[in-house]
Amino acid sequence: MALLSLTPLILMGFLCLYAHLRGHDVYAALLDGAGKGLRLTLELLPALVLLFSLIYVLRASGLGEYLVDLAAPLLRRLGVPEETAPLMLIRPLSGSGALAEASALIARYGADSLIGRTAAVMIGSSETTFYVIAVYFSAAGVRETRWAIPAALCADLACFLSAAWICRLFWG
Amino acid sequence: MLGTLFTLLFLLSLYFSVLSGSEAQAGTALLTGAQEAIPFCLGIAGSLCYWNAWMELAERSGLAARLSRLLRPLLCRLFPRSSQSGEVLSALSENLSANLLGLGNAATPAGIRAARGMASLGAAARDELSLLVVINTASLQLIPGTIAAVRASAGAKAPFDILPAVWLSSACSVCAGLGAAAFFKRIWPCCR
Repeated sequence: MALLSLTPLILMGFLCLYAHLRGHDVYAALLDGAGKGLRLTLELLPALVLLFSLIYVLRASGLGEYLVDLAAPLLRRLGVPEETAPLMLIRPLSGSGALAEASALIARYGADSLIGRTAAVMIGSSETTFYVIAVYFSAAGVRETRWAIPAALCADLACFLSAAWICRLFWG
Repeated sequence: MLGTLFTLLFLLSLYFSVLSGSEAQAGTALLTGAQEAIPFCLGIAGSLCYWNAWMELAERSGLAARLSRLLRPLLCRLFPRSSQSGEVLSALSENLSANLLGLGNAATPAGIRAARGMASLGAAARDELSLLVVINTASLQLIPGTIAAVRASAGAKAPFDILPAVWLSSACSVCAGLGAAAFFKRIWPCCR
């Protein structure tokens, strides 16, 4: 596990050396990147305010619990923590919504809990499927998506199931 | 699409809160949620900026370009038709390497260039366009910076210790996507 925490550090060290040896101004590049990151965070903020509020109401109203109860028998049989049901529903539709839901799960159950980890792995290994499909096909001017949606949803399903199983295997 | 989803979820939540008699809590939750978004964003802003800084360096130092050249043989096998066009191949490899490095800002424009190039190749490349989209909907990102930032701000002991799980799960997802693509390609009715 020590090696794992080292991975990002080794990558950074390698990158730093590589860029410096190739004659780039490492500090200037990092500074620009950090500035872009700040703008990115600010762009994320309005969506997060709306979706955090939505997710909180969803939970307070009992709708979240209703969804969890509805999906629980199936998910339990599959070995997926049922608390992640709303996250799996939102993930393909809205990236910020999924981030809001995952952070609520992580805050509630703890970052190092099985549910918190499962939520993190689910988010880390999936994309906002419908958004990507919409962007690519509309940019290419192709109206017929053919089998892209079913195939992408198969990939999402495999991602969620494997995330749950792998987390259970590692930390269960 | 998001507009419909938001309206639907919002109205459903209101309906449920009236049903269960928790209007008061729901009203408070609306504002608490909105309020909570700010500390959340601030909590991850530092890590996000820092992570982005390294991504910028990877792009500028030419590491991303080098990685994209390494990926070309693989892409020629996945996209036999469209990779015959040099322009599409370079857009494809740029897209894939940016995805791997988590350079979202670079991945989408390159992917769109590839998609446009494929569309101009006509019906022959239609299946390959769908394959490109499916690969892009499965996350290939090697280091998921945002969720690691969320974990760090929530007090995880080692925010990056989920990495192997993320890699395995991403691999399962990509394989399932490729498998599903190969399957659907066969059974999908050829229209027109």
